[in-house]
This record gives sequence, structure tokens and C-alpha cells, in this order.
Amino acid sequence: MGLTLRLSRVIPDCRSCPLYRFKGCVDNTAGSQRRGSFDNLRTINRHLQTSICLYQAEEGSSNAEDPDDVVNVVYIDRSGKRIPVKAKVGDNILYLAHKHGIDLEGACEASLACSTCHVYVNSAHFDKLPEPEEREDDMLDMAPMLQENSRLGCQIILTPDLDGIELTLPKVTRNFYVDGHVPKPH
Amino acid sequence: IGWSGKAFLSTSCCPKVCIVGSGPAGFYTAQHLIKARQDVEVDIYERLPVPFGLVRFGVAPDHPEVKNVINTFTQTAKHSRCSFYGNVNVGKDVTVGELQQAYHAVVLSYGAEGNRRVGVPGEDLRGVYSAKDFVGWYNGLPSCRELSPDLSCETAVILGQGNVALDVARILLSPLDTLKKTDITQPALEALAESQVRKVLIVGRRGPMQVACTIKELREMVNLPGTRPEMVAADFEGVPEALKDLPRPRKRLTELLMKTAMEVPGDKELERRKNATKIWGFRFYRSPTEIFADPSHSRTAGIRLAVNRLEGSGERAQAVLTGEVEDVSCGLVISSIGYKSLPIDPSVPFDSRRAIVPNSVGRVHQAAGLYCSGWLKTGPTGVIATTMNNSFDTARSLLEDVDSGTLDISTGKPGSQIVSMLLEERGVKPVTFSDWEKIDSLEMRKGEVCGKPREKLLTVEEMLKVART
Repeated sequence: MGLTLRLSRVIPDCRSCPLYRFKGCVDNTAGSQRRGSFDNLRTINRHLQTSICLYQAEEGSSNAEDPDDVVNVVYIDRSGKRIPVKAKVGDNILYLAHKHGIDLEGACEASLACSTCHVYVNSAHFDKLPEPEEREDDMLDMAPMLQENSRLGCQIILTPDLDGIELTLPKVTRNFYVDGHVPKPH
Repeated sequence: IGWSGKAFLSTSCCPKVCIVGSGPAGFYTAQHLIKARQDVEVDIYERLPVPFGLVRFGVAPDHPEVKNVINTFTQTAKHSRCSFYGNVNVGKDVTVGELQQAYHAVVLSYGAEGNRRVGVPGEDLRGVYSAKDFVGWYNGLPSCRELSPDLSCETAVILGQGNVALDVARILLSPLDTLKKTDITQPALEALAESQVRKVLIVGRRGPMQVACTIKELREMVNLPGTRPEMVAADFEGVPEALKDLPRPRKRLTELLMKTAMEVPGDKELERRKNATKIWGFRFYRSPTEIFADPSHSRTAGIRLAVNRLEGSGERAQAVLTGEVEDVSCGLVISSIGYKSLPIDPSVPFDSRRAIVPNSVGRVHQAAGLYCSGWLKTGPTGVIATTMNNSFDTARSLLEDVDSGTLDISTGKPGSQIVSMLLEERGVKPVTFSDWEKIDSLEMRKGEVCGKPREKLLTVEEMLKVART
């Protein structure tokens, strides 16, 4: 159980990630549980954080754009505004959002311990995503306004066939059910 | 007060907001405000020398990923327009009224430090604890340091079936090797090493379809090494038939519960259960009516449970007494039936029936410039994500009020300038965020020595000593 915790803590399940380079970047020492989880990481995870700070580092995005590598993504923010983004194969939807100043929270830093990166995936691409693992489904159950096309953004890794994917951020409702009641979809 | 407001007015008219409480509610409110306007300045006041509230003192030690949110809060605290003031007791060291004079707006986010009492005889016997105190004890909350729970009995009964109840059950039955690598406190680790608790019953008034816990926590119990589940199949009568109409989260949760309680396990699982030395299980349709004392020790020896039946179904089902009772022998009773907010300042409206500050979308009723977020606003349920949405809502209300002019920011306010002065006059020395970072570093260094993420300081005195170095 301990190993699973460490692997899952910072980045999504490596087994589902097509990129080899993600595999070597998990810190296995006890220190990885501290603040500064990104201390020893060499990936784009390192500078990601809250919606307050503008993403500055450019590592992970190459300047020489290989057209085969480019994946076009559209975020639809909570006000309904469409934000097209040019991403790359292997990019993570949560961190990509942070990189472009889109207010998708990732409280647990992609370790499947919260549901704050909840997004709706457009139907054309929803079925192209690999099935969620049980732990993602468990956390999705906690998300308000759960829909058939709900996924956690931190678990979506871009592949070439996801070109054109559209991710809608759930509108935050004022009528929030704090007792955990999830309204039936209608 | 004795000072003339005008003498200290700053010349700028940037909105100054004061937040009381540095848990998720306080920090998420601050985060949203700072991001929304480039001129908002936020000061967060916290009673303890250390920040983060229930993230530090409530989240279970074996859930470190949930605590990752501390990184987000740290970024907020270190933002140029945010300041943290620990070791300040609002209501005692400075009043809410004084804060309202110093700031354009005050947001109360101090959570729920009390707990709901069960209200039965024997509740104050040795061996009976609130989950709030038990959790505070194993998480190093200074006020719970002396709890010294008696774990020298075989059976523990937990009242309540929410996530806190499951956390307590899991910590009581977890293999020590797992706990050793967490930030659980050293005294708790030592007590658990000596613990004789082998059976934990998690008792609820209603049935399997009304449990308040969530599937992640249930799965952790099901998969807990060295343990096996033991439940009453009859409690699940009618449940399989009702499954198809349930919304997805409730359906998945109920399916797992049913499977655990009723399904005949495969060979591998049978073997695992045979080798298990510890037992856990939910007990349904039971309400406590009395906790018995063991005459020679004046500690608890058992609990009387009234048997219920359900009227109605789903979330609104009600437990109704049948007249039957059942006695269970146990040496430990932990009541996990809910936290409760307390009033901290007589000038702040407080609804004692619901134990919240009366408000509309975070705007406190009949109190201009006063807001609330987190559990104080909605009652003590929900995970960090819930509180996040709740706090963003309050921040939005505040910002709307600034935009509409309801909240007047045309005159400057002195903010922390005046509060610091008052605190100094009263002999109170706040702990800054960099002071906290000294405590943080020390705890992590101490933890490294024994393979833990941190070894928490357990008293306010120790924390202040380190903060002042």
C-alpha cells in the first residue's frame, strides 16, 4: 500500500502514461511526503501549483514543435468561455490548465485523493479515454454535479487521438449540497 | 478603544480583508480574493502558532496525499498580499469588533472545535471519548495531548458511520509497520503498540443505505491487512432490491458494503480472513441509550443499544425505536457523531440550534462587512473540496459587495498596523509564516531521523520556543 501511495501521489498512474520519461521521476524516499513534493522531480510537475501563480517554467514544452506531437485542446471555463490550447502528446490535462492560467484546482496534486480537478469531457472524445481505474471512480463519486462524461483532469494524459478534445469546467453552483447529496442527472 | 481611526488611515484605498482561521476555509477564501483583485490584501489570524487547521490535525496520518493541499496554502501565505499571524486568539486577544474597525471586511473561518454530545448516561466515564478528541490526540493537537486513551480492552465501539468513524477504526486496527512511517505522534504510536483492541464495531442508527462514509474509506477498511469483516447479513434485507434506483455514488458504496458483508469470498480471500487477527464490522439500526461502568474501575464496561427500524427510505429515512435493546461489552467507546462550531465573540450572530453563524451565501445576517466560510458557514460536513467551493462562494459574495458598493472601500483602513499595536499592548506576540517555517523544518528534521515525514511538536510552548529562535 505504501508504494501505491508514493506512485500515485504526484502524477497519475504511470502505467497509463505513454511516456517513458514520467516513470523515473517519482521520489521514493520518506522526504517525498513533505511539502515541496516537487523537489526532486524533473518534469513539468515541478512548478505547477495554484491558480494564483502564473506558470513560468517552460520545461516539458519543446520549442521545436513536431506537428505529430501537437494535440489541440479546448478548455471551456466556468463562464462558458472557450480557451483553445496547443498541447503535446503526454501532457496532463490538469497541469496543462495551470500552465494556461485556467482555474482548475488540483488540491491533492494528482494523487487521486480529491475531486477538485473534475471536468466534463466532450462526447466525441470521452469514449477514447482509457477506462478510469477504481480509485478515480471512487473520487469522482465525491464530485458535485457528476455526469456521465465526468473525469478527473489529473488522470487524462494526451495522446494523438485526443486531438480536438474539449474539457468543460463544471459551473460552481450556489446551491451546493453539503451533506454530500448528489442530485440525479436530468 | 482610545485611538483615533483617522490618525492611522493609510492613504491607499486597497481593500483589506481579515480572515479568522487558517484551515482550508481560511486559505481558500484568501486564495480566491487575492487572485480576483490585484489590490486586495489579506491577513489571516490563527489561534495556534501553526497553520492549516484540520489538514494538520484532522486528516488521518495515513492519508498524506490529502495533505498535499498544504503546498497550495503555503503559496498563498507567501504571496506578497497575504500575511499570516499565528498565536492570536480572536475573541480574547482581539475582538471581532476591533477587527471590523481595522479592516474593510472580516471573514470568519474558524471551523468547528466542539463536538456533539451523545447525551446518554455514562458518557463521561473513562474509556469514552469523542472522535474529535481521539483524532486530535493521534494528530498532535495540543489541547488533546493529555487524552491518554485506555486501549487495554478487546472491543471498541464507535458511534457514527462517517469518514471520521472509519478513520478511527482504521487507526485502531492498522498494522504498526504502516503507522510507523506516517506523521502520527510518537505517544500515539507507543499507545497503539500496546493496544489490545482486536474488534471494532462501527455503529449507526440507520441502515446500510444511510452510511455517511465514502467509498474510498470503506475500501481501505475492506483491504486493511490483518483484519477481516464481520457483519450481520439480516441488516441488508431489502438492500439488493433498492440498488438499481440509487444515484451512482450511493450505489457503488452500497454494492461494496453488501459484497463485503454477504458475498462468499474466494479461496484467496478466505485464507486471508482465516489468518486475520483483528475484526471490524458495521452494526446497523442501533442507537446508544446508556454506557455502563465497570464497578471496580469506574471505566466503561459496555454499552446498551436500542434497536431501531426505518421509516421512509434514502437520505430522509428516520430511525424509530422498536423497544428492543442489545447490550455490547466493550472497554472503549468513541462517539463520532459530528463536530460542532462554537461562538467565539458575543457580537457575532450565532444560531445555537444549528451551531453555525447565520448567513446567506457567506454574508453574515445583520452584520455588514462580516462574512463566514467553511464549516462555520454550512455546518461540519464535507471534505476539503467541499470547503473549497464553499470558500470560493463566500469570496465571490464579498467581491460582489465591493463591486456593488455594499462593501465600502472608499476610505482606507489601517489593517494589521492597528491590530499589531493592540496585540503588543496586550502582550501577545504573533507568529509569522516564516516563524512557522522554522517549526516546519524542525518537525521534518526530527521525522527524518525515524523514517517519518515529520515528528510533530506537541505543545504550544514548544512551538513558540522554536518560533522565537
